[in-house]
Formats: sequence, structure tokens, C-alpha cells
Amino acid sequence: MSASRSRVAVTGLGTVNPLGGDIASTWEAALAGTSTARTLDNDWKETYGLSVDFACQVVPGALDSLTRPESKKLDPSGQYSMVAARQAWADAGSPEVEPERLGVVVGTGIGGIWTTLDQWDVVRERGARRVNPFTVPMLMANSSSAQISMELGARAGAHTPVSACASGAEAVALGMSMIRDGRADVVVVGGTEACIHPMTLAAFANIRALSGRVDDPQTASRPYDVDRDGFVLGEGAGILVLESEEHAAARGARVYAYASGRGMASDAHHISAPSAEGQARAVREAIGDAEVSAKDIVHVNAHGTSTPLGDIGELNAVATALDGVTDQIVVTSTKSMTGHLMGGAGALESIFSTLAAYHRIAPPTINIENLDPETPMRIAQNAPVDLPGGDIAVLNNAFGFGGHDIAVVFTSA
Amino acid sequence: MAHTENEILAGLAEIVNEETGVATEDVQLAKSFTDDLDIDSISMMTIVVNAEEKFDVRIPDEEVKNLATVGDAVKFIEGAQS
Repeated sequence: MSASRSRVAVTGLGTVNPLGGDIASTWEAALAGTSTARTLDNDWKETYGLSVDFACQVVPGALDSLTRPESKKLDPSGQYSMVAARQAWADAGSPEVEPERLGVVVGTGIGGIWTTLDQWDVVRERGARRVNPFTVPMLMANSSSAQISMELGARAGAHTPVSACASGAEAVALGMSMIRDGRADVVVVGGTEACIHPMTLAAFANIRALSGRVDDPQTASRPYDVDRDGFVLGEGAGILVLESEEHAAARGARVYAYASGRGMASDAHHISAPSAEGQARAVREAIGDAEVSAKDIVHVNAHGTSTPLGDIGELNAVATALDGVTDQIVVTSTKSMTGHLMGGAGALESIFSTLAAYHRIAPPTINIENLDPETPMRIAQNAPVDLPGGDIAVLNNAFGFGGHDIAVVFTSA
Repeated sequence: MAHTENEILAGLAEIVNEETGVATEDVQLAKSFTDDLDIDSISMMTIVVNAEEKFDVRIPDEEVKNLATVGDAVKFIEGAQS
């Protein structure tokens, strides 16, 4: 590690997701191996002819802390991120920081798609005059980062990476850069998505990206199982408070873990197909940036979306990046429980990675009935696995349509 | 059927409360939307759009800037009812 570069501490966590409406309930449900996929309680299948009518929805009651006027001015994606940000900020102890030294980086894959589509319905059905005047601030992709910056009075910069399913992890990586570059002492980072909508389900189903296991949705997300057949759509937000080590130490903050390394690559290969080469480059860069060795990586929270090609390809890319030093690794795809949060995924999985390093336990990958024999690493198969003591490192991967490859390494505090 | 001044005030107060969280009892005729009730321009437009629907009137955009107080809005809506 260079002497001039500040270490980046993770000092606060918050989330709204299918497993729970806060960190404690989410972690408990994750360690218990809880499936959240359910048949949707609506008529979309009958009305629109959807072939896939199940998803992982945010737990009921998760947004109860929002006032009604707040809810009306935020798209669901903005509601998730606002609640998660307030949790994370409180969890960090509401740090005192100069506004010009506080930043926000919150990504999303799509932005306010519910608002966009709802208000188009309003135009068609009730006329242009009835369109909600808050439509633009609600639908814009930067809505969450902007709203959170106003909530917290953050003036060092508010940024919005949009890189499909890598957005949340890219936000973590860019937040680390803000601190290292000296632009901020504290940065609130994360990702959010709320796109369980008939149009989105139809679009993903039509490219055969979704699991079609409509008769048994609870076991549909099954990364590394031989019968995996696609991802399950999820929703929610994850927010982390990143802080320079010096700033955290000066106020005696609890440090969950350090965000020690990040790798960012682009495939320039295909709009939807992954590239092992790009993934391996991102992982290698993150490990080098963290100044850890391959043998220090004891846990990988994989992108692992439960697709036939993607899951094994990712692990092979990790093995390549680690020069085959993988015997010490236990891999988890928490998407087996949460579904795929799209722009929120990399953020929630950064939270899981942080908590794994903090509590020294890897949450399980559920629904593995027959492990794919091509799986090149040990999987935390249907049960959590204890991680070793001492200095450990956890790798989180997130990849997005368009060839966005993000890897983040968290190290134990 | 035309609404009375009191009905319009009560209905407007409900809209303001719904859109901004300002208590209905604070929505009084003499109160300024911006200075007293702290309502920004976009929130004001949501109030206008909802009031148009609730009272079946049209409040032209060029008229909105003249609606400084709750009383101004009530008076306009009262006069705009057919």
C-alpha cells in the first residue's frame, strides 16, 4: 500500500431488499438460507400473457418509515435507496463531516421505470395535463444520488454510475476513488432498483434470461446447480458509508471492514454475453489494488445469477485471475436467496461481503440439489461456512449487460 | 354543483396535506404558499393539477404565479367554477 493513500473503511450499512427491511433481519435471513422468490400476487400473467410471473419482492413494511409526501415524490427505486441511506447513515453514527467533504455515489441500472411507465399511462388515459409534475425528478437515473445528497447535505459531489447490473458495485468503486483522490472524507455509496414490472419481466423473459420455473419459484434461483435456467428478478437497495481511515479513527467509528481494492474493466465484446477475459482483468486489478495475495481471498460473493453459462464462466475467470490459487475459497451467490437486484445487486452483495468479513461467515448458496460438476471451486452449498481468523479478504463481483466488469475486495478490520 | 369557499378551502387543504405533509389546519386563507407553507414550485404544480381535477376547473399556467396565498387560490377556483 502506498504511504499516501488513505484506507477506506466501511462504517455504516443499510438495506431494503427481499430478505429484510434492514441489515439485522437481512443478515439473519441470509444465514438461514431463506428463499424469497414468490408467484406475484397480481393478474399480470392472465392480463398480459407473461410467461414468468414470479420474482423476489421487497419485504412488506420496509418503507413504512417514509411519510406519504416523501413516497409521492420518489419512484420506488428512490424510496428503497432513501430508506437504506437513512439506515446506513444512522448505523455509521451520523458522522460529523463538512458538507464539502461528504459525497454520494448511488447507481441504478434503469432508474425510475415505474414512474416512466405509469406517467405514460396517464398521458394516454387522462391527458397530458394530468402528468405528475414530479415525473422528471422521479424518473431520472440520478434521482437517488441527488435526493440522498440533499437529505445528508452532501456537497463534495453526487454521482450515478449506470452500468446495468454492475451499477451498485461500480458506485462502491467510485466512492473509494473519491476518498483516495482526496475529494471527500465520507462517501455514501450503493445501488438501487425497482423494476418488477410486466414490461421488464416480459423483456427479460423474451431474451431467455429469466428462470422459467413457474411451478416452483422458491427453488428457481439455483446458481451452480446443474438445472439452473436463468435468474429471478429481485428489487431493493443497498447503501454503505465509506470513510477515510483517518476520519473514522478520529471519531472512534466502528469499522466493519475495509474496501481495499477495486477493479473496473469493460469487455468491448458483446452487449449481453459475458467475457471471462474482462472479468478476470477486473478481479486481477482489484486484488492488486487491495495489495493482497490470491491466498488471502477466502470468500467470493459471486455475481452468480443462476444462468447456465455465466456462473461457471465467472468462477473460471476468478481462478484465472488468482493463478489457480483457489483451494482456500468458499463461494456464495446470495442471489439464490434475494434474486437479482440489478443495479442494486452489487451494492447489496458488497454489504454481504462486508458482513462476511466482519462476522467471519459466508452465507449459503441455496437450492443446490445437484452441484454442477464443472464448478471449479468450493461452494457454500445450502449452509453457511465459517471463515478463518486473522487477516482475510473477500471478493465481490458484479457484471452488467454491455460488458461492465466490477470487482471489489473487502479486507477484515 | 359549485363548491362553497369553505368546501374549496377544505379540499385544497387536503391536497396540500397529501402532497406536502403540511397539516390541514395550517392551510389558511391568509397563508402564503411559498413563505408560510414552504411549498416549492413543483409541489405547487402538483397542487394545481390535483385541484383542477378535484374541483373540475382549469387553472392556466399564467395564472398560477398570481396565486400567492391560499386565499388567492380559493378565490380563483370559486370564480372558475361554471
